[in-house]
Amino acid sequence: MNYFLESLAQLFGRAPTKTLKDEMRVEVQQIYEEKRKHKLTKEELRALEEAHERTRHRHKWRNRRWATLIIVNLLFVVSYYFDVQLVEGALTASRVVGFHMADLNSALQVMLAYKHVVLNLLIGTVTVFLLWVLLGGRTFCSWVCPYHLLAEFAEKIHVKLVDKKLIKPKTFHRGVRTVFYVIFALLAILTGYTVFETISPTGIVSRALIYGPGLALAWVLFLLLFEVFVSRRAWCRYVCPIGLTYGLVGTLSPVRVKYNVTNCHHEGDCRKVCMVPHVLDTTIRMRARDVEVPIGADCTRCGLCVDICPTDSLNFEFVGSKKLK
Amino acid sequence: MSPQDTKPKKPPLSPARKEQNRREFIRTSLLAGGTLIAALAGYVPIAGGGTHRLRPPGALKDAHLDERDFLSACIKCGQCVQVCPVEAIHLADLGDGFGVGVPYIEARDQACDFSCDGLQCVLACPTGALTHDLNYPAQTRMGFARVARPDTCLAVHGKGFKGQARGAGFKGLLRYDEIDRWNPIPVADHPYDLELCDLCVRQCPIEIRIAQCDAGKPPSGDPNQCPPRHAITLEPVGDSGAKIPVIGDGCVGCGVCEMICPVEQTVIVIDLDKTADSVSA
Repeated sequence: MNYFLESLAQLFGRAPTKTLKDEMRVEVQQIYEEKRKHKLTKEELRALEEAHERTRHRHKWRNRRWATLIIVNLLFVVSYYFDVQLVEGALTASRVVGFHMADLNSALQVMLAYKHVVLNLLIGTVTVFLLWVLLGGRTFCSWVCPYHLLAEFAEKIHVKLVDKKLIKPKTFHRGVRTVFYVIFALLAILTGYTVFETISPTGIVSRALIYGPGLALAWVLFLLLFEVFVSRRAWCRYVCPIGLTYGLVGTLSPVRVKYNVTNCHHEGDCRKVCMVPHVLDTTIRMRARDVEVPIGADCTRCGLCVDICPTDSLNFEFVGSKKLK
Repeated sequence: MSPQDTKPKKPPLSPARKEQNRREFIRTSLLAGGTLIAALAGYVPIAGGGTHRLRPPGALKDAHLDERDFLSACIKCGQCVQVCPVEAIHLADLGDGFGVGVPYIEARDQACDFSCDGLQCVLACPTGALTHDLNYPAQTRMGFARVARPDTCLAVHGKGFKGQARGAGFKGLLRYDEIDRWNPIPVADHPYDLELCDLCVRQCPIEIRIAQCDAGKPPSGDPNQCPPRHAITLEPVGDSGAKIPVIGDGCVGCGVCEMICPVEQTVIVIDLDKTADSVSA
């Protein structure tokens, strides 16, 4: 299956397509054969990982991303606080130095519920669509959404609790996000209310940062507790239609993570840190169909896998140019 | 043979795997049900009518003054909040259900006094939830004022008013053209000394504009800014010199009269189930 269709299928919740041996490029088969002959011992692998741990750049992309996320959200806050009119509004819709921007999912919900589209909203939506086509779609999730950052901290606690066997993590079927997407769209059309916005932690947290906290944060806290004690990154993985909207945009994007099978040890560190590990299915031994495989559009381009990979097998790429440093 | 037929058949699922799938399905259904119930619970405050609030100028209403279109069109971004010079606009909290993040005005604390003149909130609205069909303050239909407690009105008793309209601690702002054309100041910084209390008329943004137009100085030099009808006037009661505020069909429901009324509880309130149009119809 090609990149576009496979991306869509995974976004809608299907498990990654397994690569059959006869679909593999001969070069890849040779690489796997080589690796089978020269297996690394556990000690060698650990030594490699430890050496990587000591490098200066092991949190390079995470640090860049956190800085970006905090700066973007702070721009809203500071701009309003000091009334400098640089970025007005919130993440749902804003004006950036006068240019309209509208969050694609919020705009979609409004269009479905209200059934009219004023020109400013259309301009804002098209602008943001093009922006995220250029930047990678779900890049919005990990590089901008303030709930993502909160959820990352919740995730850290969750993973610790699981490691200490204090909780048994629960998983759900990823397809439920598509079900949610359809239901929220139908609800907007049928009821005429933007039902999803009521519970969207992205909107709630963004507004709380800019206009002051309110009771709505209790809902966000509930979601975070659910993610700490019950299911890892449940909101982003199984519910959020914003993620699916930007995921669809991301299928068209030239910015993505690319996997190279040559040096990979298939130890799976990348899949352990990934919020959407199904996109990294190709890093499992015997799953890559080509030497280089682009990672699907459900990937949030957070870069945790790029940071953690001890063999530089995962990298950001801008299609048509070299890897992004 | 099509490629479909050449694929090896999937081996049947083991009972353990089946059980696992069944549990995941149940869990997933619960997650979906729970989330949807949480989302749809947002309808409860709407159905209860508790979310009916004074909205910024231009907020969409249908012929029955129902604000469903407003709630659906609003993208909950707060750009109207940010441009308001008197900071009259707030965003509703979770208690408003589907109305969470939607702007409202608490007139008694801070009414809309149109001191931006150009309806900045309407211009800022990216979705038309505050309709762009509106150009001048006098065209606004936020609600309609009502003299709710005439028996406590100072003017009805022929009384004057001296001092700060709402006391020293009141944080509300108004623009006083004669003091600063461009910047609203705290009402507390502008004490009054009135023979007969006429604050509701004196500070009414519509009446102020009518007076300016009568003096040949319409706001921004634009005659279109001149309101066609009076919003509030003081009419005599008996012949003792006492007067009572009477609401005219030029009232736009901005709430300045409710805010400035020095009596606790306010004599004048804004009704949300009426507008100048519905009253004159």
